[in-house]
Amino acid sequence: MSTRLAKGGRLIDSTKPLDFTFNGKRLKGYEGDSLASALLANDQMMVGRSFKYHRPRGIVASGAEEPNALVNLGTGGKFEPNQRVTTQELFDGLTATSQNHWPSLEFDIGAVNQLFARFLPAGFYYKMFIHPRPFWKHIYEPFIRQSAGLGKAPTEKDADTYEHFYFYCDVAVIGGGIAGLAAALEAGRSGARVLVMEQEAHWGGRAVVDGVMIDGEPAEQWIDNTLAELDAMENVTLRERMMGAGVYDHGYVLGYERLTDHDPKLAGPRHRLWRIRTKQIVTATGAIERPLSFAGNDIPGVMLAAAMRDYLVNYGVSVGDRTVVVTNNDDAYRTALALVDAGLVVPAIIDARPQGGGELMEEAIARGIRVEKGRGIAKVKGRARVTGVAICAQEGEGAVLAEIDCDAVAMSGGWSPVVHLWSHCGGKLNWDADQAMFRPDATRAPTGDKGQPFVITAGTANGHLYSAEVLVDGYTAGRTAAQAAGFTPAATEAAVGEDASQAPLLPIWLMPQGAGHALKSKAWLDFQNDVKVSDIQLAAREGYESVEHAKRYTTIGMATDQGKLSNINGLAILSQALDEAIPNVGTTTFRPPYTPISMGSIGGAARDELFQPIRKTPIQGWHDENGAVYEPVGQWRRPYTFTRGGESKHDAVKREILNTRNNVGLLDASTLGKIIVKGPDAGKFLDMLYTNMMSNLPVGKCRYGLMCSENGFLMDDGVVARIDEETWLCHTTTGGADRIHGWMEDWLQCEWWDWKVYTANVTEQYAQIAVVGPKGRQLLEKLGGMDVSKETLPFMQWADGVLGGFNARVYRISFSGELSYEIAVPASQGRAFWDALWSAGQEFGVMPYGTEGLHVMRAEKGFIMIGDETDGTVIPQDLNLGWAISKKKEDYLGKRAQERSHMADPNRWKLVGLETLDGSVLPDGSYAIAQGKNANGQRNTQGRVTSTYYSPTLGRGIAMGLVHNGPDRMGEVIEFNTTNGGTIKAKIVDPVFYDKEGAKQNV
Amino acid sequence: MSNAVTPLGGAKTNIGGLTLEDMGLQGMISLRGDLSSKALAKAVKAVTGQGVPELRTANVMGGKGAAWMSPDELLLFVPYAEADAAVATISETMKAEHHLAVNVSDARGFMRLSGAGAHEVMSKNAPVDFHKDVFTAGMFRRSRLGQVAAAFWLDAEGGFNVVCFRSVADYVYRLLEVSAEAGAVDAL
Repeated sequence: MSTRLAKGGRLIDSTKPLDFTFNGKRLKGYEGDSLASALLANDQMMVGRSFKYHRPRGIVASGAEEPNALVNLGTGGKFEPNQRVTTQELFDGLTATSQNHWPSLEFDIGAVNQLFARFLPAGFYYKMFIHPRPFWKHIYEPFIRQSAGLGKAPTEKDADTYEHFYFYCDVAVIGGGIAGLAAALEAGRSGARVLVMEQEAHWGGRAVVDGVMIDGEPAEQWIDNTLAELDAMENVTLRERMMGAGVYDHGYVLGYERLTDHDPKLAGPRHRLWRIRTKQIVTATGAIERPLSFAGNDIPGVMLAAAMRDYLVNYGVSVGDRTVVVTNNDDAYRTALALVDAGLVVPAIIDARPQGGGELMEEAIARGIRVEKGRGIAKVKGRARVTGVAICAQEGEGAVLAEIDCDAVAMSGGWSPVVHLWSHCGGKLNWDADQAMFRPDATRAPTGDKGQPFVITAGTANGHLYSAEVLVDGYTAGRTAAQAAGFTPAATEAAVGEDASQAPLLPIWLMPQGAGHALKSKAWLDFQNDVKVSDIQLAAREGYESVEHAKRYTTIGMATDQGKLSNINGLAILSQALDEAIPNVGTTTFRPPYTPISMGSIGGAARDELFQPIRKTPIQGWHDENGAVYEPVGQWRRPYTFTRGGESKHDAVKREILNTRNNVGLLDASTLGKIIVKGPDAGKFLDMLYTNMMSNLPVGKCRYGLMCSENGFLMDDGVVARIDEETWLCHTTTGGADRIHGWMEDWLQCEWWDWKVYTANVTEQYAQIAVVGPKGRQLLEKLGGMDVSKETLPFMQWADGVLGGFNARVYRISFSGELSYEIAVPASQGRAFWDALWSAGQEFGVMPYGTEGLHVMRAEKGFIMIGDETDGTVIPQDLNLGWAISKKKEDYLGKRAQERSHMADPNRWKLVGLETLDGSVLPDGSYAIAQGKNANGQRNTQGRVTSTYYSPTLGRGIAMGLVHNGPDRMGEVIEFNTTNGGTIKAKIVDPVFYDKEGAKQNV
Repeated sequence: MSNAVTPLGGAKTNIGGLTLEDMGLQGMISLRGDLSSKALAKAVKAVTGQGVPELRTANVMGGKGAAWMSPDELLLFVPYAEADAAVATISETMKAEHHLAVNVSDARGFMRLSGAGAHEVMSKNAPVDFHKDVFTAGMFRRSRLGQVAAAFWLDAEGGFNVVCFRSVADYVYRLLEVSAEAGAVDAL
């Protein structure tokens, strides 16, 4: 059983006990514990279930690579699934629950899956669920969704906060082991701005646990000295609990800092996402130990040898009293020696190499440990935990030579450098056959804008397994990076690392090498997703030759750990099955983030009221206080209508329209885009942008215009006012303001850069209020100061003046068909002006109206709305707007496109009005049905509704739509479909339903 | 004009050692033209008392000055009440050459963040290097804060002057507030 030893544990403080719970059970740990070490100290060997077969799963690693020990952490607003216990520091009151089992961890119904394992081979999902087709939607998918995912989704809103932080440096060092610290030291001494990030709470990486000596002293001494020196440097920033999550183009790095995960009571953000720009990156990311593939290597109690050493040295935790060590290299001997040092029993070291190891093996033998050379594990005994191992000849097929009782197995299949961050941005790898590992190829580094390398790798991440080489490599990387960043580092003497010499490793991809199907189908590669040696071999037999395909077919490396333990073993098995060399098979693609980062950190401060900026007009406060019901328009919230008392929205809209048509209404039109276009070539420019002429618009007048994309499609409309000889003011739609301004600048900067035109988006400079209705003129006359009579200010003209004490520009334009003034005043006075109109208007029955009233009134007049009558496929000709297309102009944007055969096709659907025979309102988006069916067996159509409303003015439903040959079919009745299967008959009519002569607006 | 209000209504917040405040009504003019032209320099001098600012800098003192917005655009600062007159002066001074001067005073939110750690608060929201040795007094950027466009400079007193669009002034104010409340990063 696993337990806490009486002595040891360099990271824990045994005077500070902490309480925590696992599956409701109260357990005790110490300050400095990881959740993993605390669980092991409480003999919690089994911590979860695997995804597919629901096999018992124990802790297998001690760091970020852990595939098994994932828990639901916290409760309520602090709940988060899939948290690795190995990277979670223990705090008082921590609550964790295990995942992927029902009803309990110890007794799990889903575990029945493993009895059917032979029926659930690689590609099972693809093979099984493809037929019969309807089963997918109704049976398989719901079933898979039910069982998908390990953790549970949170049910409450995240109680924590997050933030981003932009940071700039010359050299970013990822990894705070001895190589990273050496690199940082060398780069820091050169004066470069250096950022060093270490994902764990402690510096120095594996050096201390591995007993490395530096300059004749234990590594800890050098680490402390180096940290002190770095800390004293103004130009160096050290951050622990911060993972280098990803490396991107041009020296962009994401750093994921976990600020309060180790102590949720701390104030401030939980995670901080660092968005780093650096000239050079040093990846000193260390290496990950590989498991060995033998039958039963997934049983709780089988652990990576170095992880077992970590628990022992760092936390004073033993995984078992009797530990069998199985290895193909010398490093695992360190675990055996550490265990014996701690007074524990190592019944045997199973070394797959016929010659065994070097110095460390000699020491082990001298200490009386039995070493079995050329042997392997035939299988691990036990179900929910290890009870023993059966030994066999590595070269054989698994005939059992002996059995050894034990309660833990420490395995080591060699080391894989963490090449992830090197590879994120295109760094290439070489296969080092001697060490059986992929190593970064320094000659094929990720490159920057000038083709210069911007990532350097150092230390164990570069494939160096001796600390002497690691340190030299770290110093060199720091120097090279500083130099590349423009600094001149003075070469300092590297500290000298020292550790035991090692005999060569022997690559072992399957144990024993001749294992038959029974053993191979119990030899796990991917512990979380349940992929075994037999699955990869099956995939190869079925033709999955590409490692990327085999990955997706078998799901190896697709779990939350992204195959940190399984990738190399898996591709080695695949390459053997394909009779290919490992480098020819290659690796799957390494993609950021290195380990999953929280969704909260990605959002940063963008939550609650900062989730999305909402634009507010200067009059928004009045709307808020007066019953406004909002609708989103672009980034704005515009009042849809203003409800009074218990009135429904429908009734409010009706009231607002009738009041506007009979008295006077106010509309906050501040959101309309307003773009100044000025210069000697401004007229020419606008003639290109609009389909009609704007250059000949007289000063003081307004003209409605259409803008098309270069593909001919109508994309915006609005009224243009000529301000002076060289200046025009273009109104755009609310949503189009920024887009159209960008469109103008695009043409001016990229295509017509020699035209003398400047633009300015002055949308927000003005509060613009539409005063609409037959009593509008009386209202403005009451305010006084400007002559707003028909004679002085006729329809489609504008004038500057002082209205009621406000500097105002008054436009006589109408989108409602009524007498209408749109009045722009400085935004700072917008609210005051609205208030003035409001109080002056009381005697005329003034009421505000919202966007729905606006829409209905424009539809009653047959005016089109961008986004309703247009959808990116409609050209002005479809909308019978030929009158707004200049025939005189040689060119305008969209002209040539509109001359293409398909655009000029007389069969294009065209705009008409639609009146239902029964007066009802046509459903939005409804299609007009036609005879017969198309090639897909769908009903043919001959038109569709683009706008449909109840018109309070007419007391009936009105609509506009695009109909095949519509304008030639006036009076014809066609049928529109509904969602309940029936149809509605509607008559094709003129789209202008109200005041066809325009008499009411022209008064 | 007495009824003119800013979008922030004179807001002021103290968070730790930081102060965030509405800077009140400020005249601002968007001036586009040839930044190397003598007439433009003369016009800028006439209305702001300052020269044409260098690339990515601002020379605003006591509410008057200019900021570099792009290779053909400046943002001029003048007293709020003088903005229209200043536009007229510019138009007159530059009438012989192609330019655009337009009063944008009312289209803006204008606030100032000062105190220890202000540069870190800015660093949480703009992709700019705010290190004290890099982003020095007079430096100006037309960039963004969070999700919206913003321009800012560091004044001689160590305060960040932030200009944004009026409609999102409350968003920017709250963003800076929240970022300040979240505490120091201790990295700059």
